[in-house]
Amino acid sequence: MPKPDLRELPAPGGQPTPVEPSGTGARSGGTTRTNGTLRPAKPIRHPDSLKGTILKVVLLGLVDAFAVYVLMMLFLSQSWAALAVSALVVLAINWIYLRKGGLPAKYLAPGVLFLLVFQVLVVVFSGYIAFTNYGDGHNSTKEDAISAIQLTAQKRVPDSPAYKAAVLTKGNDFYMLFTDPAGKAQVGSTEQPLTDAPDAGKDSTGKANSLPGYQTLKFQEIVANQQEILKITVPVSADPADGTLRTADGSTAYQFKPALNYDAATDTFTDTDTGTEYRDNGKGAFADSKGETLATGWKIDVGMDNFVRAFTDPSLRGPLLGVILWTFTFSIASVALTFVMGLFLATTFNREDLRGKKAYRILMILPYAFPAFLSGLVWSGILNPEFGWLNQTLLGGANIGWLTDPVLAKISVLVVNVWLGFPYMFLVCTGALQSLPSEIDEAARMDGASAWRVFRSIKLPLLLVSVAPLLISSFAFNFNNFNVIYMLTGGGPRFADTDRDIGSTDILITLVYKVAFGQGTGRDYGLASALAIIIFIIVATISAISFKQTKALEDVN
Amino acid sequence: MKVHNTLATQTTRRIFATGAISVAAALALSACGGSASTAPTSEAAKPDLKAAGAGVITMWVDAERSPALKDITEKFKSDTGIEVKLVVKDFAAVRDDFITQVPTGQGPDLIVGPHDWIGKFVQNGVIAPVELGDKAGQFQDSSIKAMTYNGAVYGVPYAIENIALLRNTSIVDSKASTLDEVVANGKKAVAEGKATFPFLVGMDPKQGDPYHLYPLQSSMGSQVFGKNADGGYDAKQLLIGDAAGVEFAKKLAAWGDAGEKIINSNITGDIAKEKFIAGESPYFLTGPWNVPDVQKKGIKFAVDELPTAGGEPAQPFIGVNGFFISAKSANALATNEFVTNYLTSESAQDSMYTAGGRPPALKASFEKAASDPVVAAFGKIGSTGVPMPAIPEMSAVWADWGATELAIIKGQGDPAEAWTKMADSIKSKIGG
Repeated sequence: MPKPDLRELPAPGGQPTPVEPSGTGARSGGTTRTNGTLRPAKPIRHPDSLKGTILKVVLLGLVDAFAVYVLMMLFLSQSWAALAVSALVVLAINWIYLRKGGLPAKYLAPGVLFLLVFQVLVVVFSGYIAFTNYGDGHNSTKEDAISAIQLTAQKRVPDSPAYKAAVLTKGNDFYMLFTDPAGKAQVGSTEQPLTDAPDAGKDSTGKANSLPGYQTLKFQEIVANQQEILKITVPVSADPADGTLRTADGSTAYQFKPALNYDAATDTFTDTDTGTEYRDNGKGAFADSKGETLATGWKIDVGMDNFVRAFTDPSLRGPLLGVILWTFTFSIASVALTFVMGLFLATTFNREDLRGKKAYRILMILPYAFPAFLSGLVWSGILNPEFGWLNQTLLGGANIGWLTDPVLAKISVLVVNVWLGFPYMFLVCTGALQSLPSEIDEAARMDGASAWRVFRSIKLPLLLVSVAPLLISSFAFNFNNFNVIYMLTGGGPRFADTDRDIGSTDILITLVYKVAFGQGTGRDYGLASALAIIIFIIVATISAISFKQTKALEDVN
Repeated sequence: MKVHNTLATQTTRRIFATGAISVAAALALSACGGSASTAPTSEAAKPDLKAAGAGVITMWVDAERSPALKDITEKFKSDTGIEVKLVVKDFAAVRDDFITQVPTGQGPDLIVGPHDWIGKFVQNGVIAPVELGDKAGQFQDSSIKAMTYNGAVYGVPYAIENIALLRNTSIVDSKASTLDEVVANGKKAVAEGKATFPFLVGMDPKQGDPYHLYPLQSSMGSQVFGKNADGGYDAKQLLIGDAAGVEFAKKLAAWGDAGEKIINSNITGDIAKEKFIAGESPYFLTGPWNVPDVQKKGIKFAVDELPTAGGEPAQPFIGVNGFFISAKSANALATNEFVTNYLTSESAQDSMYTAGGRPPALKASFEKAASDPVVAAFGKIGSTGVPMPAIPEMSAVWADWGATELAIIKGQGDPAEAWTKMADSIKSKIGG
């Protein structure tokens, strides 16, 4: 912890210490003018201003205090890896801000840190998930799966009595004192089968609650030792088939018998009734010889399986190609149509002599101001075949399935997306058009160029220089435009040739969502991550190529 | 085995924590230290629950149920000293969050939800069975049946939900027992100009609504799954594609858009409710959740038994809400105590009813609630119902089932063919 130098603190009494003008905290670097020429100055190190120092100390102190708290919590929860990483990060932050110099690092550190935490970590984690079978039925580790199977395999012995129970201790061992429905008291522990305890003391309800030589635990003590007490299994008799007595709440006990027995040495579960053996089938589940698996499995690494499945699974392969094609059509058409419309409107409203220009512009931007998912829902109401406003009012009661016919649904989705997207293009193009120097326009007209010619040969190329990168990002956005599709059609109408819930307006991202969280065949995070990586590769490739092309555009000018 | 009043390993950690906290306090962060500052207590008399990690039970609830649990959690705290922390979560995301977080050890000890989550919870190994013992007899049979999965009870039920037929008594004044009579009454009302729609049931424009249509399907003898020896649904016995199912599909086409228009694919749940509240239809097939709005509008209505379409009893699916215990709860004993001995109490079930309006699962509480004729009527219909299948295979059924019914209602394709294809598709998904 850096301690503020007391000598630098303002004198008590609130007298302002005479210091240099504020706002001069970081002044190394910059430029100085010497001999009339401008050249990069050598970093000159000024002593930090008082305010700057105090601010730095306070901020860093708060960060460190928080870090210490986090480190304590990590230590207490014994998360060693996280503890080591966090400690390194804290050290790095302190080093960056406490050392002299290294100004770029001081500016970049927070951004880089957040980038690592919120972007890189997430991407790496999805990448890892893509190589596992994480999803429903493969939710955790093998140890968890085994203990969950053991937990659920405990079945109460049919028609067995319910016992009242008390927890006792003798020496360092736990015992349980049971009272059966007839009032007979018995005592036992995991090692010692049930034996009669005739001299047990009873409370007013007839429940045995004390035994000479033993100490009875109070509820708080039971809770404080619950991990041990929950593990107590008192054999009812010498015959294991009678099962064991266990308590879940410390005051009642029931006779349980496991339906499945786990043998750690052979790593198998055996059905106690039928004798069927369940072995690790290498796919993250226990299976018998017929391939029947136990309900709970665990997460394993499956290598490239998910990627292979994405392209070979018959219920996915057919629709996947269709979906990829439609995704491209949808995103390219969306960008092209919104751009054309936005540019047209921008050019129109850019006329100097247009009256009420501001009012028009505000109206134009309105669709952009609504949240996309809200607009999606509203439009799906408008397009309802029987009750929708479009069919009822505009088309005089026609019954056109705007969202239920495969072709019309695609068109509807595009139209709605254009409605949602053109204001953005309108804004961008208006801005770009207004920044073009008007002299060029005048010069071209003097040379006798028509308005169209001026637009095509002069304005558009200049416009594209600044707008092209935005078109690329708009493409990437529409490629993953989940809201419009999900809220408007949910991907439907469904394809007839697949078992999966995939339809003709599904784009890749809605498909991924359905695979990951959908109702169809259960959640499959592994496959969904693999598909997400495929999407990433496609978008990244296209963006990289397009940006190269944009550079060429700049060179022209 | 040593009896811990305060766990030995915890002590050193606590000393460390106390030291840490004082450092933190010196760093002007004293606010963060509150949870770990434990006052020294007489160890033998009052064991340190906090040090044993047992001071708090965490429970995930949604905003609606949270206030109803306040009284019972306070009683539990004053009895045992253990706090039940109610964490309000978004209902739509809570199931998946629970499945993902339990294995990390960061999940809650308890969660509230409908019984058809059980299959998925067991498949992912995230919940533990609850033994109710004799208390099971104090609950309505159907609710315990719904909470039973693979022969073990997994949750403590508190409410039962099912659908019924609401009838606008100022349009049609007498009860009808078959769908044909209902349709005839409805058509008569339309012909006389008293209504616009003979019958209303909401359809999701993307997924249809097999849940609401199931009573009609079951009244024709068609079921989704058969049952195994212990009374649970058996995924290996997929019955949906049998002859009765195909008959239902044909009827569905006859009722649909291309036929009588009794079931209209363009009427969403919202539109159906709006039309019924506007008095435009004598019948509305729906659940208790729409009743308050109908009452608010002053519509005079009766809750009728579900009409049969094929002569057999029309069994609705019943949904049972209840409490489930995490398989990895670090505080399992206290949680079990709270669930089996406090949440099963009449006062807890009463207050859950007052807050949510869902008919209680505890018999004693239900009898009190049944003084409201609407609750009594829904409850009576529910007692004839079957639990919604909770097996994980059911999730493969819903999507195909809904989409196929929707297509049939719209008059697309041959109903018998579509139905058989659906059954095959479901079968291949369950098998694979």
